[in-house]
Amino acid sequence: MSILHARGVVRAFGHTPALRGVTLAIAEGEIVAVTGPSGCGKSTLLHCLAGILRPDAGEVIYRDHRIDTLSEGGRSRLRRTEFGVLFQFGQLVSELTAAENVALPLLLAGTGRRAARTAALSWLDRLGVADLADQRPGEMSGGQQQRCALARALVTEPRVLFCDEPTGALDSLTGEQVLSHLVRVARQQGTTVLLATHDARVAGYADREIALRDGQVDPSGFGVEAAIR
Amino acid sequence: MSTPYVLMGLLAGGPKHGYDLKRAHDARLPRAKPLAFGQVYATLGRLARDGLVTPAGQDQDAGPERTSYTLTDTGHAALTTWLATVEPPLPHLTSVLLAKVVVALLVTDISQARGYLVAQRAAHTTRLRELTALKTDPDATLSDVIAADYGIAHLDADLRWLQTTLARVADLHKEIAR
Ligand SMILES: Nc1ncnc2c1ncn2[C@@H]1O[C@H](COP(=O)(O)OP(=O)(O)O)[C@@H](O)[C@H]1O
Ligand SMILES: [Mg+2]
Repeated sequence: MSILHARGVVRAFGHTPALRGVTLAIAEGEIVAVTGPSGCGKSTLLHCLAGILRPDAGEVIYRDHRIDTLSEGGRSRLRRTEFGVLFQFGQLVSELTAAENVALPLLLAGTGRRAARTAALSWLDRLGVADLADQRPGEMSGGQQQRCALARALVTEPRVLFCDEPTGALDSLTGEQVLSHLVRVARQQGTTVLLATHDARVAGYADREIALRDGQVDPSGFGVEAAIR
Repeated sequence: MSTPYVLMGLLAGGPKHGYDLKRAHDARLPRAKPLAFGQVYATLGRLARDGLVTPAGQDQDAGPERTSYTLTDTGHAALTTWLATVEPPLPHLTSVLLAKVVVALLVTDISQARGYLVAQRAAHTTRLRELTALKTDPDATLSDVIAADYGIAHLDADLRWLQTTLARVADLHKEIAR
């Protein structure tokens, strides 16, 4: 049974085709790397699957429900309750402390202040950054910020976590620490993860890979068809 | 170890003398140790004994330098098998990997080269995933992690090189075909 399913997803930006008919199925609890060179459509695919962008054609199905046809309100509700996102950088609110940042999604969802803070502190602890609870992003290293951002993405206990080049801005050891935390917690929670990356070492953390080339799934893994035609 | 196959790969394009084979080998694999003539003739001798190549041309009795060799059907089959066999993805196989890719590109059937490269990439990615799982295991010791990192770094380098090679394949194939 797949938790997330795309059928013939097409999306263009003006005259630039970004996705040219992507079909895939993600099983619940899987960690899947979406790989391919820059510009191949990884981010656009994640955005379409997460209901951030609407495809021009094709279907996106989450647990038997089409989400590409949902209204903006319906999709944002889905994003708040079922999905989590982690981007390369710049996601933490700089005026808020780590604990306040992590508590934010819960407060927006109507959780009380005290319960939200308790949950935030517990997630910071699970990601090994409990001691940063009262610091602001400007006082943290890139890796610490990314762990807090991960805590914030996980605090609502999403069923699917979308990560777009989550370690792209970090040095390799720091990136590895963020990835090991991510994978460990996802396994504990049974969270399904989509991990967009152009780096084979990052993709190594996933159970399998879906390679994209020019907006299409490339079964060979690296666009050989395109290279030798 | 891959020298016999490199010579057979060079012969896949048509008969050649030992001297031409040595020059072509050294040109195709410039970073490898240049082949000694003695090694070329010894290898050709063994290949001929095994029926993989056969002397051809009118110079047959004029001594090894003047004898040209041609690849037999058995030789073609052996070359195909070698090319289709994925190398165990361990560090330190770079020279075999390089030789295989170069020979795969020499062989006229481009889909065979493609098939090999795709299978090799899949073997490398699988191993990379295994090593990553190994080092993220909660019971992994520091030495486990360091050893896994070593393997991962080499596999990653091979993978990036394979990727670049693929991007060049069309051009290389055109050049070799000329
Ligand atoms: N907002 C946008 N406006 C215009 N073109 C875009 C936009 N987002 C992506 N593209 C284009 O769509 C293609 C796929 O981009 P993207 O999904 O960002 O690829 P990747 O994440 O693999 O680098 C590229 O050609 C890119 O230039
Ligand atoms: Mg991107």
